[in-house]
Amino acid sequence: MPGSLFSTVFSHGRALFIAVAWAVWLWSGPAHAGGLSDAGLQWPAWQELLRVLTLRDYNTRVVIVGTTLLGLAAGLSGTFLILRKRALLSDTLSHATLPGIALAFILMTVFFGNGKSLVGLIAGAAVFAVLGTGSVLLIQRYSRLKDDAALGVVLSVYFGLGIAIMGIATRMATGNSAGLNSFIYGKTASMLFSDALLIAVTAFVAAVLCLLFFKEFSLVCFDADFALTQGWPVARLDFFMMTLVVVVTVVGLQAVGLILVVALLIIPPSTARFWSHRLSVMLGLSAFFGALSGMLGAAISALMANLPAGAVIVLSASSLFFLSLVFGTNGGLLLMVLERRRLGKKVMHENLLRELYEWQESATQQANVDEKAIEISGPRLEELLPRRSWSVHGLQKGLRQLIRKQWLRPSADGRYLFTPDGLLEARGVVRKHRLWEAYLIAYADTAPGQVDWGADTIEHVLDERIIAELEAGLPDTTPKAIPASPHALPCCEVS
Amino acid sequence: MSNLFESKSMVDTGQETAPIWINDLTVAYHRKPVLWDVDLVVPEGKLVAVVGPNGAGKSTLIKAILGLVPKATGDVRIYGRSYQAQRRLVGYVPQRESVDWDFPVSAADVVAMGLYGKIGWLKPVSRRHREQAVEELRKVGMEAYADRQISQLSGGQQQRVFLARALAQDARVYFMDEPFAGVDVATEKAIVALLKELQMSGKTCVVVHHDLQTVTTYFDHVVLLNMRVVAAGPVEEVFTEENLKKTYGGKLTLLTQALHKYAQQPGLGTGGTKGGRR
Repeated sequence: MPGSLFSTVFSHGRALFIAVAWAVWLWSGPAHAGGLSDAGLQWPAWQELLRVLTLRDYNTRVVIVGTTLLGLAAGLSGTFLILRKRALLSDTLSHATLPGIALAFILMTVFFGNGKSLVGLIAGAAVFAVLGTGSVLLIQRYSRLKDDAALGVVLSVYFGLGIAIMGIATRMATGNSAGLNSFIYGKTASMLFSDALLIAVTAFVAAVLCLLFFKEFSLVCFDADFALTQGWPVARLDFFMMTLVVVVTVVGLQAVGLILVVALLIIPPSTARFWSHRLSVMLGLSAFFGALSGMLGAAISALMANLPAGAVIVLSASSLFFLSLVFGTNGGLLLMVLERRRLGKKVMHENLLRELYEWQESATQQANVDEKAIEISGPRLEELLPRRSWSVHGLQKGLRQLIRKQWLRPSADGRYLFTPDGLLEARGVVRKHRLWEAYLIAYADTAPGQVDWGADTIEHVLDERIIAELEAGLPDTTPKAIPASPHALPCCEVS
Repeated sequence: MSNLFESKSMVDTGQETAPIWINDLTVAYHRKPVLWDVDLVVPEGKLVAVVGPNGAGKSTLIKAILGLVPKATGDVRIYGRSYQAQRRLVGYVPQRESVDWDFPVSAADVVAMGLYGKIGWLKPVSRRHREQAVEELRKVGMEAYADRQISQLSGGQQQRVFLARALAQDARVYFMDEPFAGVDVATEKAIVALLKELQMSGKTCVVVHHDLQTVTTYFDHVVLLNMRVVAAGPVEEVFTEENLKKTYGGKLTLLTQALHKYAQQPGLGTGGTKGGRR
């Protein structure tokens, strides 16, 4: 899966272009803002760009493959993490790894002379991640502290302890502590083939487990109590999920650092949530966004020697997040704004249709009812204007839109007349409005005089099913007929 | 203790094999007892309402039976054996507020969760299981919403999804925690019809209920609970003004105060249930 993703992204010209555009976008701002290139931020040469993006460099290849797979693994395990509402727990446990790393370094230096075995450091980190999580659980269970306070206490205590032990480690006479700091902020440049291999194995295991346990994990995340009554070992499944998170965290420490690794766990699934409300799709998208962030971040960082990879990876992830926040199909802001505008337009149109219809209704009443021959025309703009609090401009715009829809036609003397289609539409709108009014009067104890306003706000969102129920619930309505208005309609003059 | 039903059924031999048999059950949260010395026998095929004031331990009773909260003392049996041995016979409808309805699953997905026990470890939900889930949704009038994301459903519809999930469990005893809370008329009717249907097919339903006015019309048995079982038995015998006064009146406040005081004493335990929750 990671391999194919990789090759598709790189084989498609368009994807390549997007990647380059991203890279340009990400650093063009600060570069133009001025002065940064003096501080060592250099534009890469075109050849260099091509070399990095086509993975021709062995070192770059290792780093990019490593961070991509890390993003993938984090995206997968992070999905269940945020669905279990444990996002902040992962922040705490990643900070809690620091004393583990420092202690492991000291112990290995004392006993083996070399403190920089990655496996040893990672083991130390994992032990303290578990200790940190355990401390949170203990505090939650045996003290009066609330969850957020417990997380904050554990995070700061372990991180402080870690910094202190780190201080001791760096002052040790033997052992080379240089590079130990990279666990805090992350440093991909030091990534070796073995590190990338470790990440690859982790990513593979995470992917397999998330697929195998998809049903069990999602059940525990959604309704742990129900899972328990069915006999699922919820505590063990929980532990399993958290172990997956701990493993991804500790193998990711070196690449993105313990402060930022949590972003890789949380941001990709949050991004994915804007595109789907199906868990399986969300899981796949989260893995994709995580992998993409890892790849972009590492590539950009390889091009710009002074940009730390961890930070750029997180920035790439958050760029994807903001794009999704705006353009996402599932609760994205743009869609919400468009939807609101669409509704506003619909309300305007329905109000206009109703006013036109009611104007005609009153006109018919004022004229001799028996004389069917009288041609009831339509109101002029000035006659419509005082009926609601609408602006001249808004009213004109609405009328123009209705004419374009061929529901209205303007007459030569400035009146607005229904077309047959428009009349049909208007009858529907008025019927909905009157039914809702009748319902409010019958069931919500609203006085007939006030009911117009109450009906106005809600009626525009009523669908066919609710209208049918309204009709069924009211005693004296004939289906499809328009009930008479329960209150006096504003008057008009007959032409 | 005035446990009307129990005293009546004492004559029956083998009451321990009743659908639900509870003996001397005590449950404590943070060492404060919520249920105190509860004895209860529920006979087969009855619709049983559990009523009582706020904080009387109604939900806790169900959760203790299902093993979701630890028991300080006591013994619970489902058809004569421990709950752990009889899980497959038990269906559970939790309170609607107990889950996050913004979770990225559809109504049919939630109902299919009731089948997970049958599907077993690591196997995916098959097309057949999905069809069965839609079938269960049909029983609560929700088949049209099978593919809807659950946050797009109304409160009553969400409640019906939970009921359909319990139906999918195909149990013999159902525990429902406030299924009538905050639902629309259509849902209330649907739940009542469903309860009657379950009763017709010989199932036993224990329902935490808050609306005293509908107890007599919806249920045939009632358990009046206020930390202890005040009375339990057929509605017409037990659901009396006197018993209701005992349940909702202030008689037990002294006990409550004493227990509160007790819970605040350091060093005293009520059976190692410190922490209460899992």
